[in-house]
Amino acid sequence: MKAPSNQDLIDFVLHEARLLDDLRFDDWLALFADDGRYWMPLARGQTERRLHCSLMDEDTLLLKVRIERLHGQRTFSQQPASRCHHLLQQPTVESRDDAGGIYVTRTAFHYVETRQDEQQLYAGWATHTLRMTDDGLRIALKRVDLVNCDAAFGNIQLFM
Amino acid sequence: MYRDNPDAIAALVRDTEVHKDCYTSPELFQLEMEHLFANTWVYVGHASQVPNAGDFYATTLGDQPVVMVRQPDGSVKVLHNRCLHKGVKVAPDGAGHAGRHFRCPYHAWTYKLDGALQSVPLRQGYDHTGFEHCEASRGMPQVTTRVYRDFVFGRLAPTGVSFEDYFGESLSTLDNMVDRSPEGRLEVAGGVLRYLHRCNWKMLVDNQTDTCHPMVAHESSAGTAVRVWKQAPEGTPKPMAVELFAPFVSPYEFFEKMGIRVWDNGHGHTGVADSIHAAYSPVPGYWEAMAAAYGEERAKQILGEVRHNTVYFPNIMVKGPIQTLRLFKPIAADRTLVESWTFRLVGAPDLLLERTLMYNRLINAPTSVVGHDDLEMYERAQQGLLSRGTDWINVARLFDPAEFGQLPDPAGVVTNGTNEWQMRNQMRAWVRYMTASMKQGAAA
Repeated sequence: MKAPSNQDLIDFVLHEARLLDDLRFDDWLALFADDGRYWMPLARGQTERRLHCSLMDEDTLLLKVRIERLHGQRTFSQQPASRCHHLLQQPTVESRDDAGGIYVTRTAFHYVETRQDEQQLYAGWATHTLRMTDDGLRIALKRVDLVNCDAAFGNIQLFM
Repeated sequence: MYRDNPDAIAALVRDTEVHKDCYTSPELFQLEMEHLFANTWVYVGHASQVPNAGDFYATTLGDQPVVMVRQPDGSVKVLHNRCLHKGVKVAPDGAGHAGRHFRCPYHAWTYKLDGALQSVPLRQGYDHTGFEHCEASRGMPQVTTRVYRDFVFGRLAPTGVSFEDYFGESLSTLDNMVDRSPEGRLEVAGGVLRYLHRCNWKMLVDNQTDTCHPMVAHESSAGTAVRVWKQAPEGTPKPMAVELFAPFVSPYEFFEKMGIRVWDNGHGHTGVADSIHAAYSPVPGYWEAMAAAYGEERAKQILGEVRHNTVYFPNIMVKGPIQTLRLFKPIAADRTLVESWTFRLVGAPDLLLERTLMYNRLINAPTSVVGHDDLEMYERAQQGLLSRGTDWINVARLFDPAEFGQLPDPAGVVTNGTNEWQMRNQMRAWVRYMTASMKQGAAA
């Protein structure tokens, strides 16, 4: 198993956002390891996941529920459907563990979610913990820190 | 059109119909702030948010800026959060510590923690001005406050219905939530979820005891969760998330049988005999702690109470078995901020708080699929009510003229779980407390 280059890691993060913008959610979910998680903390610098609330803390089962729901005939909050747009800063490789096959990247982003005539802008940082597997890189943890994580929000229906 | 016109306000609520203006009219919203939210006991916060003398929590009561503050003697008071000089909010929004007094950040007028004016810089500048006769010299006004088992309520009107008369037996839900702690104490824990809704605050209150919507509106979320879970390989342990989601799509019969209890003054709860919170997995060590604290019989009685949603009119909902409190903060006729708070049962295993927090995240967050289902309905209703095709909202389900004679029965009345009586009950209380202090105007 060849260790990924820094460029491979950056390309992975860019590709992941591209799948979301293309609304290819099933392909996006396939990027997660079986035990992968998508975490959006509620507090700045939050480290506690169990005994502090988060906006999202999803395993692949909960992500699958969300994705299936987006396609549902009776999912009225998606009729019409939402769309999204990621504007990413160049990801930086924060750490490499070639022996363990674990890599961490950090990516500043602006994210737009729209539905009907409404457009919402969010800003934050995505931290990807990627794991090298036999099938290639997979997401062990995607952490999304919004700059205003503790603000009052309306619906956030897609993925940042 | 409605100001100083109690007859017109009373005419908005028929036996089985409510006029759409209650949900759309900016004038009625303003009158709600001046009358309904002044004459009733409104939740402000929890005493555990201000553990030490000088700790404060600044928030709103209706549309009024207020600050809840712990006094040197250990009591909790609620003050109008406004400097008597130029009107600056003396305490910044949210939690903080004032020390021994509040000091306005604009001109350094200072107030004791009970609101009394303590000092003004260059005081001699007010000599011979008649300052002692000004409102300012009286300090920050206190809101009539009642702390019930650490839940802090305020009544803005200086006189009116007493706390006990207003809530009556409905306090049993707060009692049950507190009693679920082996030490008989709750603490706010885990952060608050804040969710903006572009709809009238009463749509959220109505929804709390609306048991005919989950199997329809939440088919997309809870229904999908159940379907996805069915694809898991045989023998996979049921995740906590599925256990929390699944009961939402119980059939109509389940909700009919679980019952609703209605109390006077607009309070009521779903989940009398059974509820969607009744069948959660046991938490290791919890029963033992409860039995040790209360004895087995009493512990069984406390945990056997599985009330679903209790509405404390006007604007909170409490879930005893899952230790959450939702506060529907009115902002405008078509705008509401929903705050979902969670509590730790002091002395109970952490797993209970973990379950509470997961429930709050899955159901009440702006990122929650269940929340998305509901908000879509509220916003469509807010827009649909602009229709001039018809003026009335229907709340006739299981109406019985006899219900007028049944309240006030202090114990409340138990009825079919899909009865819309609780919605009618809320609007009857709405008329009562909207008009209680309203004078008939000359124009009416």
